[in-house]
Amino acid sequence: MMTRKELDLWVGIFVVIGMGALLFLSLKVANLASFSGADSYQIRAKFDNIGGLKVRAPVKVAGVVVGRVSEIHFDNETFEAVVTLSLDSRYQFPKDSSAKILTSGLLGEQYIGLSAGGDVANLKSGDTLKITQSAVVLENLIGQFLYSKAAEGGDKGNETKK
Amino acid sequence: MARIERAARVAVRKSSGLKFALSSFPDKVTIPNLVEVEGVTFGYDRRRPILRDIDMVVPRGRVVAIMGLSGCGKTTLLRLIGGALRPDRGEVRVEGRSVKGLSAEGLYAMRRKMGMLFQFGALFTDLSAFDNVAFQVREHTALRGALLRDLVLMKLDAVGLRGAAHLMPSQLSGGMARRVALARTIALDPMLIMYDEPFAGLDPLSLGVVGKLIRSLNDALGATSIVVTHDVQEALAIVDTVYYMSLGKVEFHGTPEQVRASGHPSLHQFAHGEPDGPVPFHYPAPDYAQDLLGGA
Amino acid sequence: MGRIAELLRALGTRVINHWVWRLGFATRFLLLTLKHSGPSFRRFYLTVREIYFAGVLSLIIILVSGLFVGMVLGLQGYDTLARYGSSEALGVLVSLSLVRELGPVVAALLFASRAGSAITAEIGLMKATEQLDAMEMMAVDPIARVIAPRFWGGVLSMPLLAALFSAMGVFGGYLVGVRLIGVDEGSFWSQMQAAVDFREDIVNGVIKSFVFGVAITWIAVFEGYDAPPTAEGVSRATTRTVVISSLAVLALDFVLTAMMFRGL
Ligand SMILES: Nc1ncnc2c1ncn2[C@@H]1O[C@H](COP(=O)(O)OP(=O)(O)OP(=O)(O)O)[C@@H](O)[C@H]1O
Ligand SMILES: [Mg+2]
Repeated sequence: MMTRKELDLWVGIFVVIGMGALLFLSLKVANLASFSGADSYQIRAKFDNIGGLKVRAPVKVAGVVVGRVSEIHFDNETFEAVVTLSLDSRYQFPKDSSAKILTSGLLGEQYIGLSAGGDVANLKSGDTLKITQSAVVLENLIGQFLYSKAAEGGDKGNETKK
Repeated sequence: MARIERAARVAVRKSSGLKFALSSFPDKVTIPNLVEVEGVTFGYDRRRPILRDIDMVVPRGRVVAIMGLSGCGKTTLLRLIGGALRPDRGEVRVEGRSVKGLSAEGLYAMRRKMGMLFQFGALFTDLSAFDNVAFQVREHTALRGALLRDLVLMKLDAVGLRGAAHLMPSQLSGGMARRVALARTIALDPMLIMYDEPFAGLDPLSLGVVGKLIRSLNDALGATSIVVTHDVQEALAIVDTVYYMSLGKVEFHGTPEQVRASGHPSLHQFAHGEPDGPVPFHYPAPDYAQDLLGGA
Repeated sequence: MGRIAELLRALGTRVINHWVWRLGFATRFLLLTLKHSGPSFRRFYLTVREIYFAGVLSLIIILVSGLFVGMVLGLQGYDTLARYGSSEALGVLVSLSLVRELGPVVAALLFASRAGSAITAEIGLMKATEQLDAMEMMAVDPIARVIAPRFWGGVLSMPLLAALFSAMGVFGGYLVGVRLIGVDEGSFWSQMQAAVDFREDIVNGVIKSFVFGVAITWIAVFEGYDAPPTAEGVSRATTRTVVISSLAVLALDFVLTAMMFRGL
């Protein structure tokens, strides 16, 4: 039979390594530490169309993740999507930087790409980006493509219709 | 020794729920009979009543034996007194209070003053002999450390097993286990002690010791005892009153002298261990020869 | 024809009545256990003891199984991903399948057969040998003293065991993917970190394992308490614990996954 001390010791070890496993999952597997705890500042960007962008999508500059999308809502006055970006305070960008919605790979996740501008003043918390480029929507692309094709071969089209 | 006993008892009074238990029960003096069983009928299922119209009184301070053949409902009667079962008809009163009418708390308060030795010991298999005896003390009192140790060892010593305190129930022999269970039953010096077959599986030496222990506990602590047993000679030597049951009924009750002198045929048969007599040895069954031949 | 239909109907109502009755009884039993949980925390060593039996004694099987499941995921995942030229995503595949599904579910199934059956057998045996009756006659409530600590011991152990299983699995996937096959270590971890979300994946996984822990230990203590007090009754109850709690885990997993990841 175990004494109470031995029992406590084993349970203590169990709880410690269990908590260790949880910590490992949170920090090493999910990378909790990188942004949530660190200081961040919020800027906003308006887009005509955000495509499939989701909250927590990465914000990248030159391929480096510098922040995440923290909120997406719809502005009922201007009929635009307003995306709030939470950027790591270690990184500062000129006021006239621009944001694009990009896709990783052909069909991958969408993320926001920032391109630095040339202004001397830096973005502050609460600023809104002036220059944005919306997501490329595949259906629109195909639609445009078909439209231009149709315009090219307009006569042919009419003939067949007849 | 006596000092420790007294200190232990004070600690028990102080810490346990006896405050409400004592106040909620009528005064000692007014009720001479600790246990009264009145017209109790009980069956585990509707069709077969085990006990029929049982009447029994257990006067305060006495040792009462319940005897009867195997399966006549003795254990069932003890369970009814302890409130583990409810009678179909009739009433069980402990200290003048109907057990049936008690709330859950009331029942527990009553049981704190009772000790019951189970027929098969029912030792906690995951606790050592020492911890088994200490179980109730730890649950119901604030007694700890050396005082607890002394109290438990005293109880184990009373059944001759102080040296076996560290053994687990699986390491005890059948008779030893029953003696540990006995020590556990009396750990908190209960007011009413119920022994279900205390002599079963004991060698003649421990049999005598346990018999004397039951009597002396009863007298020294001012307790009241009910002993269920088959052991006629041992029982007649220590008890004040005998109830003899047969087929779910009380057939006879009286003092040991009356039992010895009694001309009651089935009691005489029982007391002298004669297989032929008014009491059938067999459980009711169809005719033996017919049963055997019927299968062919 | 009418007779058969009648027979079926009678059988149906019997079965349904029986199961509905049992479910109701089990629910009342759970509420009673929760109500009498005070001593499990006030005298925490009671629960610590049960964490030892449910948690510490399940450690070996959980750690070893986790490691092997992770290693198999590494092998199979690599094989599939390599066909699409994205073997760097191996970390993502291993970690997401473990954290979201395999960790909580497989750990729970192992827990049900290792600890759940032991809890049922122990309580059933205590009942069969009148230990619970004896306790009650000593004015000690068996629900508070025996059932509740076992329940909480199991409930507290389960999430830790599931986390250990997942962590071991990720490690196993790393061993096979990075060490053995040679997937780039940097992209293995970085892709994993980019894809696994703390709130969405880790926290949901922990919630799942907590729910499974409640379900398994509830079934285990109930089956033990409700077992017929015979050797046969106890062994049947033990088997039932493993079967019912495994089914419950799989069914609950579907419901929880639908709620968490599909937003139903
Ligand atoms: N839990 C139960 N369910 C159904 N029937 C029971 C139960 N316990 C006992 N019985 C039946 O009740 C009757 C009396 O049992 P009980 O245990 O009271 O006998 P007993 O007088 O103590 O016998 P023994 O001297 O052998 O211990 C028996 O016929 C038994 O079959
Ligand atoms: Mg009996």
